[in-house]
Amino acid sequence: MDLHFGDSKPTDDERAAVDALLGPPESSWEGADRSDADLRWARGGREARDRRDLLLPGLHAINDRVGWISEGALDYLCRRLTVPPAEAYGVATFYAMFSVKPRPATVLHVCTDLACAAAGASELCAGIEARLGLGSGVSVERSPCLGLCERAPAALAIKAGDPVRTAVSAPATVHDAVLAASAPDSAPEEPPAAVAVPQAGGDDLVLLRRVGVVDPSSLDDYRAHGGYTALRRAFELGPAGVIREVTDSGLVGRGGAAFPTGRKWQATASQPDRPHYVVCNADESEPGTFKDRVIMEGDPYALVEAMTIAAYATGAHQGYLYLRGEYPRALHRLEHALAQARARGLLGADILGQGYTFDIEIRRGAGAYICGEETALFNSIEGYRGEPRSKPPFPVEKGLFGKPTVENNVETLVNVLPVLTMGAPAYAAIGTAKSTGPKLFCVSGSVERPGIYELPFGATLGELLELAGVRKRLRAVLLGGAAGSFVRPDELDIPLTFEGTRQAGTTLGSGVVMAFDDTVPLPRLLLRIAEFFRDESCGQCVPCRVGTVRQEEALHRIVQRTGAAAADDIALLREVGRAMRDASICGLGQTAWNAVESAIDRLGAYE
Amino acid sequence: MTVTPLGIPRRLLEFTIDGEPVRTPEGSTILDACRAVGKDVPTLCEGDTLRPKNACRVCVVEVEGSRTLVPACSRKAEPGMEVRTDTERARHSRKIVLELLASSVDLSTTPRVAEWIKEYEAKPDRFGPDAARLNEEPKVDNDLYVRDYDKCILCYKCVDACGDQWQNTFAISVAGRGFGTRIAVEHDAPLTDSACVYCGNCIEVCPTGALSFKSEFDMRAAGTWDESQQTETTTVCAYCGVGCNLTLHVQDNEIVKVTSPHDNPVTHGNLCIKGRFGYQHVQNRD
Ligand code: SF4
Ligand code: SF4
Ligand code: SF4
Ligand code: FES
Ligand code: FES
Repeated sequence: MDLHFGDSKPTDDERAAVDALLGPPESSWEGADRSDADLRWARGGREARDRRDLLLPGLHAINDRVGWISEGALDYLCRRLTVPPAEAYGVATFYAMFSVKPRPATVLHVCTDLACAAAGASELCAGIEARLGLGSGVSVERSPCLGLCERAPAALAIKAGDPVRTAVSAPATVHDAVLAASAPDSAPEEPPAAVAVPQAGGDDLVLLRRVGVVDPSSLDDYRAHGGYTALRRAFELGPAGVIREVTDSGLVGRGGAAFPTGRKWQATASQPDRPHYVVCNADESEPGTFKDRVIMEGDPYALVEAMTIAAYATGAHQGYLYLRGEYPRALHRLEHALAQARARGLLGADILGQGYTFDIEIRRGAGAYICGEETALFNSIEGYRGEPRSKPPFPVEKGLFGKPTVENNVETLVNVLPVLTMGAPAYAAIGTAKSTGPKLFCVSGSVERPGIYELPFGATLGELLELAGVRKRLRAVLLGGAAGSFVRPDELDIPLTFEGTRQAGTTLGSGVVMAFDDTVPLPRLLLRIAEFFRDESCGQCVPCRVGTVRQEEALHRIVQRTGAAAADDIALLREVGRAMRDASICGLGQTAWNAVESAIDRLGAYE
Repeated sequence: MTVTPLGIPRRLLEFTIDGEPVRTPEGSTILDACRAVGKDVPTLCEGDTLRPKNACRVCVVEVEGSRTLVPACSRKAEPGMEVRTDTERARHSRKIVLELLASSVDLSTTPRVAEWIKEYEAKPDRFGPDAARLNEEPKVDNDLYVRDYDKCILCYKCVDACGDQWQNTFAISVAGRGFGTRIAVEHDAPLTDSACVYCGNCIEVCPTGALSFKSEFDMRAAGTWDESQQTETTTVCAYCGVGCNLTLHVQDNEIVKVTSPHDNPVTHGNLCIKGRFGYQHVQNRD
């Protein structure tokens, strides 16, 4: 590779940000001053190229310190990592949280997604912009779901500097959001995670039983509440025994695909190729989803323990936790938890004196819904654009860094703890025969008590909404998020199981339940969904890259029309939607038409 | 003469295409097998010298048991597979893909596309006059080649050719995302500020004419480009001892561009700046 760098130089700040991550450069080959030795030795090359996966952390380091990524900064980072600048530019421009154009040091992300839109996000944005005016030093950016839907409308301020500062305002008022942006340090503390769990402290909770009960910063408190008994049990059972328990429990992935977890673990464990990796998908970006955030903020050690068990069962010694870039509090809690676990011999070499070695690294996403797709997530960690790979080969065979990888989301992983502590039969007795165990639902929108609810599989949609206090004049419920589908208020007896929702022609997806009353204009909602997919398409394949644009255009045309006047465009939507579902590479393009189709067919949106 | 390298013999596997049993060497794709039995499956992003990127989705076929359609260009044939290439479902997706592409970019110099648009009855106009298009101006920033991304279908071939699959220069990559995705050099600078070494291998693989010789671009603009008047002569490059094959495209006794045969086992169609662009001396008649 013949690397070519322009002559733009990094500022001292930018150089310091990169050096803080990578250490000082050792030779002129990677950006230091020339020494005598440099005339005889070439450094960088292969050795540095092996660190390509530090590209995304490097871009974060610059963006965190300066607020945007200049040519000089990007070139310097590329020199340090021996990455071609064109490729790094391609990566930097892929993520929504980065900018390669100058912008103010403070960015205020205001959510305009479904729950927030229903709670008045557009007035909020207008108010904030009016208050801040020009030259305020704050860039206001309309953002997809921030994962704070239970407190809609939401805003997140990020102020670049050393260290970077963040503040969340939710439910946001113009005053609070402006305060968060102008003085993030003095913005009021966020409410504890347990506030998002209306059932907190309840006796029959399994997955959420510790949220609001334990101190999320205390490993001792975690242990006092049953923490690390599952890992001890795992060591008793041995890797094969753990996989047997998980398989017998009937646990299936909670991310939407519902693949049997035990089978995935077994397939990874049995690959002869080494090393194996464990990846936790904590890139919760489905609009309307916030359960992973609440678990990570309220019970972070549970995730650390569960990842350790997954690694032990599948023979992995290195784990990656890919965390949504928009979750600063979860990041701090988890960083703290990892450090504590390491200090106490629960991560690192010889865990619990069992001779097992495992450690976890956190990798932050940077604003790309598509990185929740498992193979896109691998590309993102490896320092490439977060574009999905085509399957086969599947991750259990060739995943992260081309090695066998088991990838699970946060909710799936924390289910492994009760599987081991109560035993597979007891766990499998919860729920229905085909959907076993407890399930988390993220309820938001037109309800009295939005939040995360834990119910055994099989409860009905109506029962769930009852708990959350559904308001009168319910017009529609969106199940499964933007990639899911709408159901009518007379369909509330749909059982919340994978098989039950499938039978009813809808989907459980990631467990999103968004209620909308008749004050919410449906066509605007659909437009927002289309806009979301158009924004989040990675751009790799034609049906999705262009199809999502054509879908949005058609919805714009019919936003004010109904009946015969809309018929042409609805036919067009159907034809394009069918090809998107059939021919797109990944789930994003394949599901981008679901919600709109269901609104037309089940709700009669344009009649 | 082209030399066909003989690999180790591969086992044959059996499966069916449109109900007919076929035998194909292990490791070949559905597309290979289709071509071997004379089935015409349209392709755009597939390239004979590159690993399939399967981004355009115009080659999709139905495979029994698969929830979605499958790209023929990249899916490996498996024993017992039942493939159907011409179902209503596959034809529908191809038609929509052609409509989506043709409504957003200029396909006027893409070989065979007009024929497929007719065959699949695609109507790119039906998205209306306001359908978003790329609408990019050609980038003319050097004397050797022109980048007209208004014609780019984002097949990634040029990026792969410039990158780790052939040239290892990594001058261009994919930037942005969604509909805003574009091929670009770093910081979206002119090509002259990039790592480009003007080997032209990206032009060689571009399926749409988005990348073209400056000579071709100028002649098209002047209305003098006429492929029917061109002859092609393959010869050996005289610059160095490697002996790369050059195909000279000649119109009116002038070399108008230089390509290289893809089936050449030494170069697979790749050249360097001298072989690709250094032809003026040949026609220097003073
Ligand atoms: S379906 Fe969309 S998100 Fe998925 S690979 Fe294709 S363009 Fe990218
Ligand atoms: S001419 Fe060669 S070096 Fe330049 S962009 Fe094309 S492939 Fe890369
Ligand atoms: S410029 Fe040509 S080769 Fe490159 S992506 Fe576009 S169409 Fe493909
Ligand atoms: S935080 Fe706004 S919709 Fe989720
Ligand atoms: S030719 Fe197969 S996907 Fe493009």
